Amino acid sequence: MFDNPALIKAIFGRLTIESLPLHEPIVVGTFAVVALGGVALLGAVTYFRLWSYLWREWFTTVDHKRIGIMYMILGIVMLLRGFADAVMMRLQQAIAFNGSEGYLNAHHYDQIFTAHGVIMIFFVAMPLVTGLMNYVVPLQIGARDVSFPFLNNFSFWMTVGGAVLVMMSLFIGEFARTGWLAYPPLSNLGYSPDVGVDYYIWALQVAGVGTTLSGINLICTIVKLRAPGMTMMKMPVFTWTSLCTNILIVASFPVLTVVLALLALDRYVGTNFFTNDFGGNPMMYVNLIWIWGHPEVYILVLPAFGIFSEVTSTFSGKRLFGYTSMVYATVVITILSYLVWLHHFFTMGSGASVNSFFGITTMIISIPTGAKMFNWLFTMYRGRIRYELPMMWTIAFMLTFVIGGMTGVLLAVPPADFVLHNSLFLVAHFHNVIIGGVLFGLFAGIGYWFPKAFGFRLDPFWGKLSFWFWVSGFYLAFMPLYVLGLMGVTRRLRVFDDPSLQIWFVIAGIGAFLILLGIMSMLVQFAVSILRREELRDVTGDPWNARTLEWATSSPPPDYNFAFTPVVYDNDAWWDMKRRGYSRPLTGFKPIHMPSNTGTGVILAGLSTAMAFGLIWYIWWLAALSFVALLAVAIGHTFNYHRDYDIPADDVVRVEDARTRLLAAGARS
Amino acid sequence: MKIDSHALQPEAGGHDAHDSAVHDSAAHGSLSSYLIGFGLSVVLTAIPFWLVMSGALGSKQLTALVVMLFAAVQIVVHMIYFLHMNTRSENGWTMMALIFTIIMVVIALTGSLWVMHNLTVNMMPVHDMSGMR
Repeated sequence: MFDNPALIKAIFGRLTIESLPLHEPIVVGTFAVVALGGVALLGAVTYFRLWSYLWREWFTTVDHKRIGIMYMILGIVMLLRGFADAVMMRLQQAIAFNGSEGYLNAHHYDQIFTAHGVIMIFFVAMPLVTGLMNYVVPLQIGARDVSFPFLNNFSFWMTVGGAVLVMMSLFIGEFARTGWLAYPPLSNLGYSPDVGVDYYIWALQVAGVGTTLSGINLICTIVKLRAPGMTMMKMPVFTWTSLCTNILIVASFPVLTVVLALLALDRYVGTNFFTNDFGGNPMMYVNLIWIWGHPEVYILVLPAFGIFSEVTSTFSGKRLFGYTSMVYATVVITILSYLVWLHHFFTMGSGASVNSFFGITTMIISIPTGAKMFNWLFTMYRGRIRYELPMMWTIAFMLTFVIGGMTGVLLAVPPADFVLHNSLFLVAHFHNVIIGGVLFGLFAGIGYWFPKAFGFRLDPFWGKLSFWFWVSGFYLAFMPLYVLGLMGVTRRLRVFDDPSLQIWFVIAGIGAFLILLGIMSMLVQFAVSILRREELRDVTGDPWNARTLEWATSSPPPDYNFAFTPVVYDNDAWWDMKRRGYSRPLTGFKPIHMPSNTGTGVILAGLSTAMAFGLIWYIWWLAALSFVALLAVAIGHTFNYHRDYDIPADDVVRVEDARTRLLAAGARS
Repeated sequence: MKIDSHALQPEAGGHDAHDSAVHDSAAHGSLSSYLIGFGLSVVLTAIPFWLVMSGALGSKQLTALVVMLFAAVQIVVHMIYFLHMNTRSENGWTMMALIFTIIMVVIALTGSLWVMHNLTVNMMPVHDMSGMR
């Protein structure tokens, strides 16, 4: 039976034993380590009998707080993978001189830089941003959950599905070798006949469903579920930036979906949208993908701006300077971010009129961004600044991001861009704004909201260590790339001829090593904080003397967030409540209506991932079967009428009384 | 009990949000409005079919333009008669979302056309490459 090649092909598609990268010792070694770690983890979960707890309390949860935490865990795990890629590239570039080929062959190296970009944007930055929004936004607006709690769970698992596909490509087959946006004609079937680009397409399509749905969910939540009295102009700035980010997601991710679908058609059924002949035009792909791609960078950075606003005003002990201008700046950035996409391909040859239009719109974006920077500075001015970790990240951001912004305006000048296009200067620029803006913002946010999520603060010593390693490592790693870029070194090179360049790559490599220490310190920080949690415990629910509603409830908040929905009279609602001598209601609790957990999201996302796997490897029966199952489960779920329950008033009383006792104990000590 | 918790708080569950959307705003259509919508859609679909099949307009380009125009009108008919959109539904949020969508679509389409047209004018047209052999 197994000597029938047609049958084998029908069952396994193009998946053969040769698809496993057994000839690549580095990949095999990685696989061994990952497999051992995975077996150890699964074994531990089984040994401690945690499977049913994890399934009931976490995997199937519809609680926005737990989903937010799971997003953060996903982001941090994928950060380790993405950073491992970065270290491998730095090492390769530091040693591939004087005729040395380095230690990575071209086939492997090209996959690494592609995977690094894809993972860092889609599976690190996006989950971390979405996770924070998921956790914080409903609390900030005084809601019980998001508008569509089941959809939220489903979105998370679709994101996980995409991440699983990317990770799978490391050990089964290969990943794309095209760069993180997979430009055709290189990504067409003719030049990339292997599964790499298909992994890329389907991983992003699966994860993209999750991202789009969570965007819709959060917009709806912010528009419909705000506490009474919270008008649009009384929303916390983080909620405002989240709203704008999710509007950007909903408006731009469909473009990505469509352009990847067209590329998939080119590869699967032989259409010619982006081919070189038969009327196809690869530049159309570049044009379309940047219509998504430019808003994407604002999707990442706007929430970070929101975090910095919250952190600055809390740790300066002052109301945010220029709230209204902050909101308008955010809205203006939202709209302008749609009018600049061509600056990613000035060199494609559209001519002076087009290039100058997009150059000027790009420069205009720096005005609202600059206004924000001044607002933060004026918030700090004459404030009583506490240099806790989130505030330190904020100051590091302000210094670093301004440098990235200036090189950005430089790149926005079309003639300058003709010199710098695809050079390491560009690479240095976007790492400067993404690390200095997005990542520092996320770290500030993690430090700031961690006590809210877990009831104890993060250990400051290891946090500060991580901070200094990260900041110094960043400068050491990327300033040399600016220099190299100005000298004309292009991105994605594997070997170098000019030995005088080596010293800069060595310095950049040392910077990457410092960042590695920063990441490890951060992991140690989490471990140490968990071990020392009793010393770091916060019983008040408001450890920073903060200003917005999420600090009005306990840490961690109860399932229902707020026993009574707060009524809002002022911008900084919680600050206003504290000033007016707010006292927690101690009686009169009522049952609270809540959504129930469901496993449907996990199942649907698992089926989608199986379908994507089938499509990638041409295993058509698997793709068809999982598609039919997908439909069946989705329709079946509509007949599930056990979707909600009431938390009995007694339970609410018990939880609230426990908090009252804790608060009293805290006040005594 | 359920009503109490609703009065106190914005709903937590998605299933509730659906109920309240029905109560809030956007009147459900009547039989006649559905019939008008249906009739208009049929007519707006039939005319383009006839135009293409009979070739009544002569020029292919003109026919394509007219068909696209009918498609645009069709979208408006669907929004009014089937999606029950008007300027007041959901406190104007529907209208706002619509305007935003139109702006985005217009930017993406006109922008792409402009960019790609300039490229064609400035660079060697890509699809003439086959004639260069």
